[in-house]
Amino acid sequence: MAKGDLISGSIWDEYSNQVIRRMDEPTHQGEITEEMATKAGGKLIVADFGAESCGDAVRLYWVVDEKTDKIVDSKFKSFGCGTAIASSDVMAELCIGKTVDEAIKITNIDVEHALRDHPDVPAVPPQKMHCSVMAYDVIKKAAAQYKGVDMESFETEQIVCECARVSLSTIQEVIRLNDLTTVEQITDYTKAGAFCKSCIKPGGHEEKDIYLVDILANTRAEMEHDKLKNAADASEAGNLTFDKMTMVQRIKALDEVLDADVRPMLIMDGGNMEIIDIKENIPHYDVYIRYLGACNGCASGSTGTLYAMESILKQKVDENIRILPI
Amino acid sequence: MEVYLDNNATTMVDPEVFKAMEPFFCTIYGNPNSLHKFGAGTHPKMVEALNYLYEGINAADEDDIIITANATESNNTVIKGVWVDKILNGNKNHIITSEVEHPSITAVCKFLETQGVSVTYLTVNEEGILDAQQVKDAIREDTALVSIMWANNETGKIFPIAEIGAVCKEAGIPFHTDATQAIGKVPVNVQACNVTYLSFSAHKFHGPKGVGGLYVQKGYELTPLLHGGEQMGGHRAGTVDVASMVGMGLAMHLATKPEALEFENTEVKRLRDKLEDAILELPETVVIGGKDNRTPNTTLISIRGVEGESMLWDMNQKTIGASTGSACASEDLEANPVMNAFGSDSELAHTGVRFSLSRFTTEEQIDYAIEVIKNAVKRLRTISSSYAYTPKHHVSEL
Repeated sequence: MAKGDLISGSIWDEYSNQVIRRMDEPTHQGEITEEMATKAGGKLIVADFGAESCGDAVRLYWVVDEKTDKIVDSKFKSFGCGTAIASSDVMAELCIGKTVDEAIKITNIDVEHALRDHPDVPAVPPQKMHCSVMAYDVIKKAAAQYKGVDMESFETEQIVCECARVSLSTIQEVIRLNDLTTVEQITDYTKAGAFCKSCIKPGGHEEKDIYLVDILANTRAEMEHDKLKNAADASEAGNLTFDKMTMVQRIKALDEVLDADVRPMLIMDGGNMEIIDIKENIPHYDVYIRYLGACNGCASGSTGTLYAMESILKQKVDENIRILPI
Repeated sequence: MEVYLDNNATTMVDPEVFKAMEPFFCTIYGNPNSLHKFGAGTHPKMVEALNYLYEGINAADEDDIIITANATESNNTVIKGVWVDKILNGNKNHIITSEVEHPSITAVCKFLETQGVSVTYLTVNEEGILDAQQVKDAIREDTALVSIMWANNETGKIFPIAEIGAVCKEAGIPFHTDATQAIGKVPVNVQACNVTYLSFSAHKFHGPKGVGGLYVQKGYELTPLLHGGEQMGGHRAGTVDVASMVGMGLAMHLATKPEALEFENTEVKRLRDKLEDAILELPETVVIGGKDNRTPNTTLISIRGVEGESMLWDMNQKTIGASTGSACASEDLEANPVMNAFGSDSELAHTGVRFSLSRFTTEEQIDYAIEVIKNAVKRLRTISSSYAYTPKHHVSEL
């Protein structure tokens, strides 16, 4: 939230002139009949997508030259808001002159960009991006009909955010590579969830198969599991370094050295020490300890003893360890 | 010609009201809580304003009417106050309301659910209302409050407040009603309807924005939403906005006097019906919730094949303002809960357009609106994928 978000204006003010023009006078609105298609020398394709009950529905007409697979004419009918009508209009226009295979590659991002007045200024406000998705889907449906295949066959990836066309595998990959921990970070890295926001969590205007909160939780759980497994494997192989260890393994590794090289001397003087916590303070590992018995209050605890203890742990466990008595 | 048909959203301030408010900005500006004459000078008009409010809803002298910022604050004060008095500090844990309340009721209830409160959301029937028996059936031993609106903001449907009030009185449960859409349109009588708490907002009846009221029946508790000074008898802290209070009082008086209500239910209703009948001449149009038991200024009409925002867009191009509950017109992309509540035809959920008139709406404006609306429907149905290609609704029927 920022100053600019405190007073909301009309979403219509954020429509580009292109959106307004195409809403008022759509160029490619209309119907193509069998007779018209035959006269144009092509095959008529009629595809429907969406539903009135969902707020958006579109019908796409193509005339396809079967010799070249080229779309020679394209028109639409649309039930929806201004953005849906404008998106459908530009979508129909983008199809004309392309082959069916080329048309399949037109995404809702292309549609939105084609509606921009300026390359850097979005044509519609974020919450209206979903209205352009329908145009992309109906193209796939028309192409599937022409090719006699299932429209799902054009989608090799599971799309999580349809507005930004971000796939499941991409989101999982950025979480892993960048160690992301929040949905906001995912949005910063991928734009997923930046537009209509339906894909963030359940309860948005559209129900989704999978949500960013779930992907984040599942991927983090997998990362944690992988980390444990890797730590266990490395431990078993005897080549586990301190930075790869789990907390338990780190405490255990430190205690082993302390038991062998430090505690006997402390106990001889009537004292002891215990590890309270280990915090990563990259590049350092801060090991918080508490002195027990005679060591508690001993002046050497913050000088000679501490220096000796830290030196041994640096030498035998990890050079970045720092000991901090509490 | 400019035509404003969105009076359920807000209304024009009556020029007479505006004139009455003016002195309190630059001439009589003293803090009403001050002892000196500058503050004390505000009192006579504040008393007059309060009297108008009491008369407007037939409150008894012993009852309280708290001046708030709006009906949203009034609604929050009641529900959160009941939460504190009866739920946190008592042994009750249940609130009854309806699915079609304003968000200032439902959002508060949803919030309280996160705090462990149990809420029953009563459903409305195909006419958009519920009956007192539903309330009676929902009452439990631990019910702390019943909150049902007097009139619905989208459909104008009027709920059986007197019957619900009687049920609540018999059960000994406080009854709150949000009368924001009822004031100035139908008689509102808190004593005749056994109302415990009642909310209203000045800008819905030609008063200023930023001021509202909360009626509290004598003997019932009210925990302040705003703690601070001792204004409003300790029920609502903050320096009273005298100008707004004076404006609201006069606006209430002008809107609720018998001749005003008579005008609303004859002339305003006549113009509403004229507009409605003209739209209903178009095929595949229907009044959501039906025509009975409505506020006289409101009609919510479904125009099949025409998405609500598109319709608003076309009307706006011709300087007509109306409203739609359909998803795409707002940031919240879900269909309007009121439209969804009817449940009988999900395809209607995105096709509703609400027209709401006021006593300032003229015959010429309605004639112009009818012409524009018919042209807009014709154009949008020509584009529509869900209307034009179903043979029985071919556009030539228009």
